[in-house]
Amino acid sequence: MGLKNFTSVLQNPTFLRALRNSFVFTVASQILVLVGANLLALVLKNAFPGRRFARFLILLPWVAPVSIGSIGWKWILDSLYSVINWVLVRLHLVKEFSAPMWLGEPKLAMMSVILVHTWHMLPFATVIILAGWTAIPKDIPEAAAVDGAGFFRRMFQIELPMMLPIINVAVLFGVIFTFTDMTVIYILTRGGPYDTTQVLPSLAFFTGILGSDLAEGAAISIFLVPLLVAVAWLMLRSAHRAEVV
Amino acid sequence: MAGVRARQLAFRTFHWTVLAVFSVLLAFPFYWMLITSFKRTGDLYDLRNNPFVFNQKPTLEHLRLLVNETLFLRWLGNTAFAGLVVVAITLLLAVPAAYALARLTGRWGGRIGIAIFLTYLVPPTLLFIPLSRIVAWLNLQDTLWAVIVVYPSFTIPFSTWLLMGFFKSIPPELEDAAMVDGLTRFQAFLKLVIPISLSGILTVVIFTFTLVTQGFVYALTFISSASHQTVGVGVPIYLVRGDVYYWGSLMAACLIASLPIAVLYNLFLDRFIAGFTVGSVK
Amino acid sequence: MAVVQTRGLTKLFAKGQVGAVVDVDLESREGEFLVLLGPSGSGKTTLLRMIAGLEEPTSGEIWIGGVLVNDLTPRQRRIAMVFQSYALYPHLTVLGNIEFPLKARRMPKEERRRKAQWAADLLGIGRLLGRKPRELSGGERQRVALARAIVREPSLFLLDEPLSNLDAKLRASAREELEQFQKKIGTTTIYVTHDQVEAMAMGDRVVVMNQGAVRQIGTPADVYDEPQDTFVAAFLGSPPMNLLEAAGVIVGFRPEHFHPSAALPADEPVLKLAFRAKHEEYLGAERILYGVLEGGPFDGEKAVARMSSTLAARFAPDVVHDFAVAKKDLKFFDREKETRTEPRALA
Repeated sequence: MGLKNFTSVLQNPTFLRALRNSFVFTVASQILVLVGANLLALVLKNAFPGRRFARFLILLPWVAPVSIGSIGWKWILDSLYSVINWVLVRLHLVKEFSAPMWLGEPKLAMMSVILVHTWHMLPFATVIILAGWTAIPKDIPEAAAVDGAGFFRRMFQIELPMMLPIINVAVLFGVIFTFTDMTVIYILTRGGPYDTTQVLPSLAFFTGILGSDLAEGAAISIFLVPLLVAVAWLMLRSAHRAEVV
Repeated sequence: MAGVRARQLAFRTFHWTVLAVFSVLLAFPFYWMLITSFKRTGDLYDLRNNPFVFNQKPTLEHLRLLVNETLFLRWLGNTAFAGLVVVAITLLLAVPAAYALARLTGRWGGRIGIAIFLTYLVPPTLLFIPLSRIVAWLNLQDTLWAVIVVYPSFTIPFSTWLLMGFFKSIPPELEDAAMVDGLTRFQAFLKLVIPISLSGILTVVIFTFTLVTQGFVYALTFISSASHQTVGVGVPIYLVRGDVYYWGSLMAACLIASLPIAVLYNLFLDRFIAGFTVGSVK
Repeated sequence: MAVVQTRGLTKLFAKGQVGAVVDVDLESREGEFLVLLGPSGSGKTTLLRMIAGLEEPTSGEIWIGGVLVNDLTPRQRRIAMVFQSYALYPHLTVLGNIEFPLKARRMPKEERRRKAQWAADLLGIGRLLGRKPRELSGGERQRVALARAIVREPSLFLLDEPLSNLDAKLRASAREELEQFQKKIGTTTIYVTHDQVEAMAMGDRVVVMNQGAVRQIGTPADVYDEPQDTFVAAFLGSPPMNLLEAAGVIVGFRPEHFHPSAALPADEPVLKLAFRAKHEEYLGAERILYGVLEGGPFDGEKAVARMSSTLAARFAPDVVHDFAVAKKDLKFFDREKETRTEPRALA
């Protein structure tokens, strides 16, 4: 019985689509998170008036339960009452009756779930990278400045490489979490429209739990394992380099 | 001379632009929750109105509906309860485990630590199917205890790994000194190691509690009746009747569920960061 | 090669006085080894960091090689600095560390290699080029830091307690090497330390600092033999100068100038003092005798004498001995201002 589940899964176009979506969803959101978190950490590491408050605002998406933050976005991206569309219409960028359906058109829906997931993951990555930055002894960037390195050389040749192990940890955590989570997608689109935003975890859930086909659900989620093993291996290597273990 | 000034100006512009853009992007949904919660329904659904301000007088109607006619308060209570129990279980098991592993000499301590950490990487989606069998076998379907039993299986490995880093950073001489001074090893552990590792333990508490409040898939899978639900699932699932979204009440619920944790977090953030750095950099 | 000048240089911190620098006027000489010496918190490191451009002065001017550098970034000042922690880049190899300043200057790769090799050979670390900093011993790290500093042939060399992370034995040999090395390359060097032995041994001139102000600038012999105020007198020397109060002045004399009367030549004009010995420390090469003066202008004050171990005389405890100081070895300080004054007759 075992193999039959796998072959039936592999021939299922929805599954293949979900597999591809999983990669798109993970890679795109992690790239956005990484760039955003580095920018934010760069800004937040300096003392400035109002820093505590800024930090509070920036952390909100992480501490609020994901499902609840996603509901907030569902309202912001509503098909009729979207505030984004209201602004776009007022700016004459779109026409009132052909405003984008953020969660109703396949490409836009995928973009929306990626952005909302990025929104949720960004603060945590920022906190980790910020911690990495504070862990660099002050002497080292100073030495680089005296050695004649400008702002960008200091950042790209000294600080970021020194933080690489901890950035790796942040990325790998993010990859694992993103690859195996379905909350944002479940709330915003339920995998729709027409399964175009379905990812492996959500497909496993819909098939295994809601569709009551436990065996096929399990078969779908098994496909997550090879990737997770690879990620775990990478993670341990970089953790070892960061002298975590 | 001009070069330095110009550079400073450029940096300042960059600084405040990044800060402004990200603050708005990240915090906007919460502002939106706030304003939606107190808007009259007529105001909400009138496209001619400017949605950023109150066009009619604010109302408490959505809040009243949420408190009186839904199980929202019950869900909040359930979540807090589950969170506290899971935190207690996690600390009870992870603290001694991490200490034992940190002080286990030779390579085995490290290896077992890695093995424990690896189990954290096993994704929930792989587990909810086998776990649903276990929950059924324990006769816990459709109770809050279903999630309370399941969550420690993720929080304990991670917490053990994090605390190991902490305990390793404490020099063993400290306990030796305490034992020479007449304490038993257990007393030294209680009176020295635990207080020194307080920020690590606090990190574990915050991490665990968030994981429970964030948890979605398990509560959705194992709990079916509304009255046993946690807030993370209750709000998005039970406040939507068919295709009708009670946006005002929904947003009020979101805001109330998010803000207390956010404030708590901000109070402990510095310790939390310290906890993470000690555990992961050295 | 360049000369450093500071004019009225001041740095104040909001949080307090520790490390502040107040109104410092300093001028180095071409190719000299200038040591900033002072207790911790005296502002010597802050002064060095201002010269490097890592700290912005509250007021005052800094000139390097005739150019006002206040508004130049550290990289524009073309200086080299060795940090107390060495601040080696942990992710780069020794070669990568040494080449870094050249890379920052966009020097072509071949020339870079050649120069790095030259610097490494100069410091005898040619065989370590492929290693990472964490695989090096303390002494090796210090050499890498020095190589990284000299490789760009800077006009000015700043060193912030570069020997304090070495163990005592290594420190003595590193001190000597560093001194020889500076003589060889002849670059103007400013060296910060709190260790007076280092300052005396290495410095062409020593700048003694306390509480943010320069107390005295001079050759090691100047500051040791002719201290300008009581702080310098008490800070240098171990044990420090005896400072005793009498007739409205403070009189100071070094423990090594405080001899048994019999040991001084008969024709030398001396100040005789009755010294009640209390206890003696035997340090191998020398002996330190602690006691109390009796009678005369300093009745009841404590004093210390320092003698060679080869001196045969023995000093029984709690017995009064005849001691004396040559008059030329007495230093006089104003009681209020604590600065040097003219010698005067003691009652």
